[in-house]
Amino acid sequence: MGLLQSYRLRLQRKRWRIRAWRKGRQLTRVNDRTDLIEPSDILVFSTFRNEYPRLKHFLEYYRGIGVRHFLMVDNGSDDGGREYLSSQPDVSLWTTDASYKRARFGVDWLNWLQWQYGHKHWCLVVDPDELLVYPFCDTRPLKALTDWLDASSIKSFGAMLLDMYPKGRIDQNKYRPGDDPLETACWFDAGNYTITRNARFGNLWIQGGPRARMFFPENPARAPALNKIPLVKWDRRYAYVSSTHMLLPRGLNLVYDEWGGEKASGVLLHTKFLDTFTEKAREELTRKQHYAASHEYRAYAAGLSENPDLWCKWSEKYINWRQLEILGLMSKGNWA
Amino acid sequence: MTVGVVMLVHTALDRAEQVIRYWVAAGCPVVVHVDKSVSSKIHDAFVQSLSDLDEVLFSKRHRCEWGTWGIVAGTQAASELMLESFPQVRHVYLASGSCLPLRHPSELRSYLDSRPDTDFIESATTADVPWTVGGLSEERFTLRFPFSWKRHRRLFDRYVKFQRWIGFGRRIPEGILPHMGSQWWCLTRRTLSAILQDPERETYDAYFRKVWIPDESYFQTLSRLYSQKIESRSLTLSKFDFQGKPHIFYDDHLQLLRRSDCFVARKIWPHADRLYDNFLNADRDSGALAEPNPGKIDRIFAKAVERRTQGRPGLYMQSRFPNPNWENGVSSAPYSVFEGFAELFEDFESWLARATGTRVHGHLFDPERVEFEGRQKTFVGALSDSAALRDHNAWMFLTNLIWNTRGERQCFQYGPRDTQDISWEIAKDPNAHISVISGAWAVPLFQSNRNFADLRVEAANLQRIEADHLHALRSPYAKARIRIWTMAEFIESPMEALQSVVDQIATKGLPQLTEAPRMVDLTGFGQFLQNLKNQGMHPYLMGDFPVDPPPKHEQPRKRKPYLVR
Repeated sequence: MGLLQSYRLRLQRKRWRIRAWRKGRQLTRVNDRTDLIEPSDILVFSTFRNEYPRLKHFLEYYRGIGVRHFLMVDNGSDDGGREYLSSQPDVSLWTTDASYKRARFGVDWLNWLQWQYGHKHWCLVVDPDELLVYPFCDTRPLKALTDWLDASSIKSFGAMLLDMYPKGRIDQNKYRPGDDPLETACWFDAGNYTITRNARFGNLWIQGGPRARMFFPENPARAPALNKIPLVKWDRRYAYVSSTHMLLPRGLNLVYDEWGGEKASGVLLHTKFLDTFTEKAREELTRKQHYAASHEYRAYAAGLSENPDLWCKWSEKYINWRQLEILGLMSKGNWA
Repeated sequence: MTVGVVMLVHTALDRAEQVIRYWVAAGCPVVVHVDKSVSSKIHDAFVQSLSDLDEVLFSKRHRCEWGTWGIVAGTQAASELMLESFPQVRHVYLASGSCLPLRHPSELRSYLDSRPDTDFIESATTADVPWTVGGLSEERFTLRFPFSWKRHRRLFDRYVKFQRWIGFGRRIPEGILPHMGSQWWCLTRRTLSAILQDPERETYDAYFRKVWIPDESYFQTLSRLYSQKIESRSLTLSKFDFQGKPHIFYDDHLQLLRRSDCFVARKIWPHADRLYDNFLNADRDSGALAEPNPGKIDRIFAKAVERRTQGRPGLYMQSRFPNPNWENGVSSAPYSVFEGFAELFEDFESWLARATGTRVHGHLFDPERVEFEGRQKTFVGALSDSAALRDHNAWMFLTNLIWNTRGERQCFQYGPRDTQDISWEIAKDPNAHISVISGAWAVPLFQSNRNFADLRVEAANLQRIEADHLHALRSPYAKARIRIWTMAEFIESPMEALQSVVDQIATKGLPQLTEAPRMVDLTGFGQFLQNLKNQGMHPYLMGDFPVDPPPKHEQPRKRKPYLVR
């Protein structure tokens, strides 16, 4: 990469940071408990809108693997999620009614919060419908992973998005607050992912899975990106560029090995496809607050009315992280 | 006689305290060296917490940065204090704060009692070992390293380069031959005191002060001068990864560690409560005199390193995306590609499946849809039969298919009617077994009932595409196993050709072919080609077909067996 391009990316990074600062002013504090954060704590950053049913399980799951504090942005929820979170002792909450889209789908808000509170912490940026699975997550807390990453001088950890879905119609099972979404949405596509490299930012661009298979069979280039780098030892100079798909400086995007080996990686189980989804898709279609003019949601709405069953006879049922590693969806790397 | 423990600590002092108490309770005196970078407040509290134990002493503190002399200096100071203060010590065991005894110290003591003169220290000459970090092995001993490798990597590397360029070399002191090995040793009082009281010690110290990672070479080299009996291995189980940093043990390693019969393991994750609870509350002296046996652990960690450096061949995923030529196998398993067979034989797919017991697909790269076996809508791994999805990344479609079906051989049909995106990729893939009957694409044209002018255009087009493909197969880049017959050659003796194809696939010695696939009726094919020629299109890929008489439809004749008496 030439000096010029390197300089351009540097300017771009600064632009995102200024923007984050500008957009950060849209946030109103609801509950600030950030003084409870200890220097070695792992933090979760998340933005949500009307996700009340999921929040309980979300908090429980991440508390279970050792996350110590949650910094959440509520984007105009009216389903009681905000009230629920403000009563949680380890959640700091901000709220805003500003445009999700114009905050670049929440990235600016979270960049700002991370800038303020994430410096020198391991920061995990996930949506309420994303559950992180990493090697040995059934026997070792997340702290074991981040300690190991620290010891290995690794600053970012990749975890691709794996779309989970139920067998049968999506609206068949009723999801109740506190339920483990994986009880019903426990199926996934094991081996239909395609990868290309983004020359500019150095990250991989991964597509595929049930969404490409069902909603974009004629237009696969439009299928959503599944590559994610959600876990980063944050520094206030860093900035997410587009969702958690890529970051600047671009060295952080190199979560894959280019010389034949495997780096350690995890998976974000994406439990979007619960019975709450159909209604959400309809709402998002009218709000038009999602990526690429909600093209994705238009495809969903069309796909859902035609054939709402994502399951096929080659779908794989989720068991544990070892299964995902054998299938080649994630890797232990040299962590043993 | 007992064993004394010299312990170097810098973090997780609460764990260190736990382990120290364990050693002392078992009758092993401990001398602790606390890294000078630990704040004095924390240090004092730590000393205070152990003040109730008489057999724990603290030595003068040095700053211990990885790869620098401080660690050796600290070890020297602590060892001197140990030898001086505890005359009952015969062996000195060097351990760190993150070491955990896996067997009761009394077992270690009896093990050492039966080997009173043996020094356990891994020690090998640089020429004979592959342990190099940062590309340095012998040069550790001949260059200077004033810059920190951890903090100023660039300066470190530049200065090394500069010294190489200028041809700089340090003189190794007379009488020593540099050896290297694990930092964690167990030496006898005799050897250790000889090293520490050597009249030349100042010379050696001055030299090693500027060697890189002296903690892996100081005692390893000098013990060679005095030891009567060196066992070149460490009693501490300590595994290193490909970057030279130690693997860490967690709670889920409990059984593995227990079965290893090693005396001490490092490094233990400070929050591995289960490991500490289990090993520090173990039954006193099981009386076992088992030899340490880290074989299984060795294998697990060796595998981890292999996974990190080699990876799984043919896998493309979020954390393994090799640059071209670094794939270590562009696909994960052998597969077979058949070109022209399905055109020449009516029932080729089902016949091949019967004859070889493999998974036989149709034209996977058909422009309309993916023809999976049985024309399923989806296939293993939830691959879709959408042509657009496949063509979005055709090569990954194929590598995915081969990866998803590991353990089962895949065969598919291919030809100039298919999308050609993978033409070069399969040619370059050593796992591809490609069998081609060139020119067989003309058969469906011959059988069709279409306007001859259209046929002529299409024939010219298909011939051009196949010629390009054959060009790839015949290029010097082609690494696949390739057999090419012209159609004329092939129908001379089809059974022989088919047999050779099947033999290539068959894994467990399938019997001689008894059943042949049904060849299409080629009566008039020669004339058809001649007509194309007459129209000015020159079909050449099928070889020479005589116009008259038409090629015979060869049926496998079943000879009656007869005996000659």
